[in-house]
Amino acid sequence: MQRLPYLKESPSQTAGPYVHIGCTPNFCGINGVYDEDPGARMVDERTQGARITLSGVVYDGMDAPMKDVMVEIWQADAAGIYPGNDPRGNADPHFTGWGRKAGDYATGEWVFETIKPGRVPFKDGRMMAPHITLWIVARGINTGLHTRIYFPDEDAVNAEDPVLMRLEHKSRIPTLIAEKTGPGAYRFDVRLHGERETIFFDI
Amino acid sequence: MSDGSFFQRDRGRHPPAYSAGYKSSILRSPTRAPISMDNTLSEMTGPVFGHHQLGPLDSDLILNFAKPGEMPVGQRIIVHGRVLDGNGRGVPDALLEVWQANAGGRYRHARETYLAALDPNFGGCGRVMTGEDGSYAIRTIKPGAYPWPNGPNDWRPAHIHFSVFGSGFAQRLITQMYFEGDPMIALCPIVRTIPTQEAIDSLTALYDPQATVPMDARAYRFDIVLRGRRSTLFENRMEGN
Ligand SMILES: [Fe+2]
Repeated sequence: MQRLPYLKESPSQTAGPYVHIGCTPNFCGINGVYDEDPGARMVDERTQGARITLSGVVYDGMDAPMKDVMVEIWQADAAGIYPGNDPRGNADPHFTGWGRKAGDYATGEWVFETIKPGRVPFKDGRMMAPHITLWIVARGINTGLHTRIYFPDEDAVNAEDPVLMRLEHKSRIPTLIAEKTGPGAYRFDVRLHGERETIFFDI
Repeated sequence: MSDGSFFQRDRGRHPPAYSAGYKSSILRSPTRAPISMDNTLSEMTGPVFGHHQLGPLDSDLILNFAKPGEMPVGQRIIVHGRVLDGNGRGVPDALLEVWQANAGGRYRHARETYLAALDPNFGGCGRVMTGEDGSYAIRTIKPGAYPWPNGPNDWRPAHIHFSVFGSGFAQRLITQMYFEGDPMIALCPIVRTIPTQEAIDSLTALYDPQATVPMDARAYRFDIVLRGRRSTLFENRMEGN
């Protein structure tokens, strides 16, 4: 019998409680190795699009904030192009698309200063609603959790989003929609257990 | 390039979210199954890093935190290997970030409680990008084993944490590297979250005498495999496209 030549993916292991040392060293007091923590700044003065503040807390199964969490976001620019390697062309050179934040040691809150993304096509050409990919790692999380953040002021396009439309349990969709807390300010809390357990994707 | 979706992740190769032996996972594991979703551009694309963004000592943990003229205590080692995709091809320009305890098993971190001594010359963080063929190398101190609050007497084997970026965000991976011959590996509740011995072995770096620098540093070889991309053999075209 022949064997298929594919290699198997390296298994994931928890990021552990000391993820900050490698990923946000300045945040945890290791200064002088890197000028700046990777992913700390996503925008500059010339970035196109509507500025937003996106904050949240990840809650564990007892509804306690996970204070040692690290989160990353990945999103398109205001025109709906991903920075870096989008096959459709070049994105706004003043936008990185990728951000990384550690939860606050005291509260677990993370905050991103970014822009509202444009719409990106689904694989069949239909447009997806504006969304941001969120990836969560921490002590106790064996494999990073992927979810999506949608916007509460986009009801019409959320209703025709191809990913949201194919979710079987419509009652869970609100777990993927941020809350508007002020002009340009959005809140996205993540829950690992319970009635309002956030939807995670196997991508 | 981001012209193909990724092979489906083989969840049977990764630790389940809930692993009773690793107590922190009990309250930190979702209770519902993750929902499968075909890759879209949001998962097929990913951040691109440049070699120019890294400093010359970023990949040298022996020197990147040490005071001028000083060095950390411990066994000098080189860890090197390749980042490959599921098709066996080297992944160029992959960013690897590493963190680890010092030779005594102590992390430089506010939440660290182990009584072993800090090393004033060791920070414990580093990063490197792969070359055209997916190869990388870092130089560091072999980390010590350390105790941790799980069972009454659990010790982590010596390990280095790795964070890996491929070319698409769906490949994002954090894992840990262990050292060949360490009896602590088989006892570790975090290692034992991994379902198969073969998968555990894939995280165990081999002693590599060929890459060892005589009278200077021993070498360990550690390859990392990320998900591969599908090639488009017969394209599914929508009407009108
Ligand atoms: Fe560790």
